[in-house]
Amino acid sequence: MDLFDFKDGREGYYGQFGGSFLPEILTATVEELKACFHECKKDPSFWAEYEQLMHQYSGRPTPVTYLPNLSKQLGGAQIYVKREDLNHTGSHKINNVMGQGLICQRLGKKRVIAETGAGQHGFATATMAAKFGFDCKIYMGEVDVKRQRPNVFWMENLGAEVVAVQDGQRTLKDAINECMRDWVSNMADTHYVLGTACGPHPFPEMVSYFQSIIGMEANRQIKELTGGRLPDKVFACVGGGSNAMGIFQGFFDDDVELIGCEAGGLGPGLGKHAARLAYSDASVGVAQGFKTFFLQNDDGNMLETQSVAAGLDYIGINPIFAYLWEQGRVRFEAATNEEVRETLKLVMKTEGLIPALESTHAFAKAVEEAPKMGKDEIILINQSGRGDKDIFTVADALDDAHWREFIKEKAAQYES
Amino acid sequence: MSLKDYIAERKAIRTPLVMTHVVCGYPSFEDNMKELEIMNAHGVDFVELQFPFSEPSADGPLFVKANQESVDSGTTVAQCFDFMAEVTKRFDFKVLMMGYYNTCFKMGHDNFIKRLKEAGGCGYILPDLPIEEADELHALSKQADLTPVILMTPTNTDARLAQLGAASQDLVYCVARKGVTGSKTEMNQEVITFLERCRQATDVALGVGFGVSAKEDIDFIAEYGDIAIIGTAALKAWEVGREEGLHRFFESLGL
Ligand SMILES: Cc1ncc(COP(=O)(O)O)c(C=O)c1O
Repeated sequence: MDLFDFKDGREGYYGQFGGSFLPEILTATVEELKACFHECKKDPSFWAEYEQLMHQYSGRPTPVTYLPNLSKQLGGAQIYVKREDLNHTGSHKINNVMGQGLICQRLGKKRVIAETGAGQHGFATATMAAKFGFDCKIYMGEVDVKRQRPNVFWMENLGAEVVAVQDGQRTLKDAINECMRDWVSNMADTHYVLGTACGPHPFPEMVSYFQSIIGMEANRQIKELTGGRLPDKVFACVGGGSNAMGIFQGFFDDDVELIGCEAGGLGPGLGKHAARLAYSDASVGVAQGFKTFFLQNDDGNMLETQSVAAGLDYIGINPIFAYLWEQGRVRFEAATNEEVRETLKLVMKTEGLIPALESTHAFAKAVEEAPKMGKDEIILINQSGRGDKDIFTVADALDDAHWREFIKEKAAQYES
Repeated sequence: MSLKDYIAERKAIRTPLVMTHVVCGYPSFEDNMKELEIMNAHGVDFVELQFPFSEPSADGPLFVKANQESVDSGTTVAQCFDFMAEVTKRFDFKVLMMGYYNTCFKMGHDNFIKRLKEAGGCGYILPDLPIEEADELHALSKQADLTPVILMTPTNTDARLAQLGAASQDLVYCVARKGVTGSKTEMNQEVITFLERCRQATDVALGVGFGVSAKEDIDFIAEYGDIAIIGTAALKAWEVGREEGLHRFFESLGL
């Protein structure tokens, strides 16, 4: 399956989804980006350079880990985890960011901007900018700045300027709008490092391309670990859809069931979650530069979204997934905040892994389905990131008294 | 009368023509009507009624706030069309729908065109709808005799401007500078060169907008363009001084 040859339709379209809906002022900039990316994609030495960079700088290939305790406790399928949390900066976001850093170099641009939700993409972009010597500005919704202060701290100390966006719901979508506003002003010297497989063409294709490194490695690794077998099911969490596209691309041509796990928040109902496909509250629309399923009202205005995981808290879904869902190739499920909290506790205690709250959505659905599967069946979960960034949120969720004590003492120290 | 004839007729009275803008439902529809009374008294030729959208990514801070507060206060698309119908009945200036493409897409192209026509609008401006995506909507517009106003920008190549020109009718919207709506544009040689390139690319009237806020800008556009498009500056004047502020602002423009 080649999703990107656009043989049966218009370039940048996946079925009826995708496209490029941008202000005219960006036409030339996006054309330039498209040309540069496609040149790189055709050039085998570019991928080699990229792999080498990821090997040296981010510790790739990341391993696949078998989870014997959890598998045994659930009594069903054998569970394996692809460890994107072991990347430098702690998530899969760096895969896309370093790739776009190379593109930015080729474009001869000196400044990068990025939106961020959980802060992982902003953190990765600030890291890349420091390494490549780019000026860097990160837009982050004010709500997210408040819930992800540790990542903000690192971004600032890596030399990036972090802007707390005050518009709208003050989350990821508003940060994307602010990036667009910056880009239409500064496109001559600025590359917009979009962080997920959303937005106008070529971003969904380009982000998927760099993230495909996850799936390529995972396909090889799982076979090595299981005597040549492929997983029966692969689970990945889906915010915009980049880590899931990354791992799924390793298995599209195989008889493997692919399950995207969205943010079920407080459960179904308008404004209570960020599940575009798993629940039936979303409809097709055009916003933020592309056509896909959005959580919106009848007038086409976007709804509030809710999730314990800032990185999944987004109104729209990757257009490629909207298409693959329609085709029945990828199944979508949602994990609620409550399921995620319980699953996180389980995974920490049984296996000593600390998945990010985002990634825990994938674990939650795998944990639900594993007991119904045979012992000879195989599950692969993409652990997109590590959870220590979420320490404040997790500590609250677990109502940890010792942590609260520590924070109070720390605050008292600062005040004295 | 066709829009082309309307433009020619108004040109004979005063140049440049003037297009102004209000964000529907901000601060309220009643205030919108008061703004329009003043705009009408100062002889504006076109008004854009912006249908508020939750993601106004091409707008600057003041219009972002206006869009947001209007959406939050519950303004609906139906109310905007009703308001447009009232406005077109009451005033002689021409009215354009301005907004983001999702408003149109979500209600369906057919329905959008039908409602716009019924409300007495003469066309629409959708800054996030590139011509590549607009074939169907443009064809429907032609049948209904509505004008899609296409944007030309300084970063467009001559070849692209020619494409945009070929897709245009009656008037185009020349974006005087990079960036979003709101801040001031210095009308300099760069803008002249850009407008000359637009002129090469099309025979239709050139509307010039983004940062138009002073008498010098109007005089500049009289020389190099056809229609001065005034957005944020008028809303700013209203925010500061309501009726009196807006009235003085138009006076200061020599209108
Ligand atoms: C650890 C982690 N996983 C997943 C996501 C969701 O993004 P995507 O769906 O693009 O992988 C994020 C986003 O911030 C994240 O930080």
